[in-house]
Amino acid sequence: MLKDITLGQYYPVDSVVHRLDPRVKLFGTLMYVICLFVADHVAGFALMTVVLATVIFLSKVPFSYMVRGLKAIVLLLVIAGAFNLFLTPGEAAFTLWKISVSWAGIKSALLMVFRMTYLIIGTSIMTLTTTPNQLTDGLEKSLRLLNYIHVPVHEIAMMMSIALRFIPILIEETDKIMKAQMARGADFEKKGLVNKAKAMVPLLVPLFVSAFRRANDLALAMEARCYHGGEGRTKMKPLHYRRIDAVAYVAILFVFAASIAVAILY
Amino acid sequence: MGIIEAKDLVHEYYRRDEEGNVESIETAVDHVNLSVQPGQFISILGHNGSGKSTLAKHINALLLPTEGTLLVDGKDTSVEANELSIRKNAGMVFQNPDNQIIASVVEEDVGFGPENIGVPTEEIWTRVEKALKSVGMWEYRTHSPNRLSGGQKQRVAIAGVMAMEPKCIILDEPTAMLDPDGRKEVIKTAHELNRTKGVTIILITHYMEEVVDSDYVYVMEKGSVVMKGTPREIFSQVDALKQYRLDVPQVTLLADELRKAGMDIPAGILTREELLEALCH
Repeated sequence: MLKDITLGQYYPVDSVVHRLDPRVKLFGTLMYVICLFVADHVAGFALMTVVLATVIFLSKVPFSYMVRGLKAIVLLLVIAGAFNLFLTPGEAAFTLWKISVSWAGIKSALLMVFRMTYLIIGTSIMTLTTTPNQLTDGLEKSLRLLNYIHVPVHEIAMMMSIALRFIPILIEETDKIMKAQMARGADFEKKGLVNKAKAMVPLLVPLFVSAFRRANDLALAMEARCYHGGEGRTKMKPLHYRRIDAVAYVAILFVFAASIAVAILY
Repeated sequence: MGIIEAKDLVHEYYRRDEEGNVESIETAVDHVNLSVQPGQFISILGHNGSGKSTLAKHINALLLPTEGTLLVDGKDTSVEANELSIRKNAGMVFQNPDNQIIASVVEEDVGFGPENIGVPTEEIWTRVEKALKSVGMWEYRTHSPNRLSGGQKQRVAIAGVMAMEPKCIILDEPTAMLDPDGRKEVIKTAHELNRTKGVTIILITHYMEEVVDSDYVYVMEKGSVVMKGTPREIFSQVDALKQYRLDVPQVTLLADELRKAGMDIPAGILTREELLEALCH
């Protein structure tokens, strides 16, 4: 059960998208999300579909791998779609028993499902093609300006990368504690919400204690290795823009302009 | 003058109640004098709670002395301005391999120290390569630390310290959480670094087998140094060692019992080969 958690999963192949600078990908994802919410016409749909298909093809990540991420939100999609379908007032398209479905309802339900699906697939391309470290490096560099308003950008990025490093360790530990508690008679399979919540206590308490102990050890180890914040720190793998990144920027801006144009025209 | 000079070093832990008043004072390190020459392999032996880890943390300026002075490479640890250069010169490897690896790729973790002290990018790469090769982990540079064995993780941690090009490395019970193979691996690596790179090593441990090849051994008990000498001198005093709750290696124990029973065997047998030699003569 715990093995299924694949946060920030990375799909290691060598592709154009993998080689892009993380800043480009962050910027591209942001633009893509804006485009999705601008598009409200079939032409807009079509444009985004072409863009998404091209990027998926370039990334060399199998399509089935991306769709896997959708499974988790199928229920959410159905509920959101149903709400839009039945609760949007307007001219009735057809009536089922006492519930009428309007044309506007059908349109907004379709739009909703389309946006959410594309949102998940689009953003998962970013995490699938970027290692967690690149991602935090990219964030740190892109958000550098926030330093001027005293946002501790370096510290946040460092925290993110350490958190990612410790996810597998803590998952393993949870597994171990679970087995230890089961060996002493704890029952994690009980039915009912309250019972389930109660069963979590003997799991979470030791987990938290050990997480704090680890954090303390890690802080000591970092200090012992001269860590003293972002000041005067050099980078082992600094980010450099290459020609391909410039091309990507132009392409992103072009798609953005095109989707705005489509939204205005139709 | 030695690379590490401790003079009457005292460290006290204060236990406070909820209002912050001092409830009790525990002396973890009690007037310790230590002198380590560059290039030596030193071991500090002691049972749990003997103050050996507290002493180790002083050498890296993670803890500051309550009384007395500690000079690392001629610099006083209690002066705050010296902190970074002391930590750069005296690297430290801790007990739990999982809790001291920061990055999710081996090479990035080794690069963490040099990044912190502002080494230029190209030099970081040459240092990382050198450090990983010196501990024999170069082939694993792109691996995730989660997939390595305990001994391998500890070697990565040592490489992480080596990449900062320290003059001495303090190993604070580096083998306590490892299996016998991992233990041998780590101790062998430490000896190799000492021999080939001339790095001063201070090994803190409670396994007596690990100190056999050191140049000099200190035994600690209740915060003070109770015995010091070469491994042979230390190991020849089996009864004293037992009194400090240290497990004497079986060979030494056997040799000692045989000698007491009247056989003509020299005191302080360290290895099986030596015992064999002594018995066959």
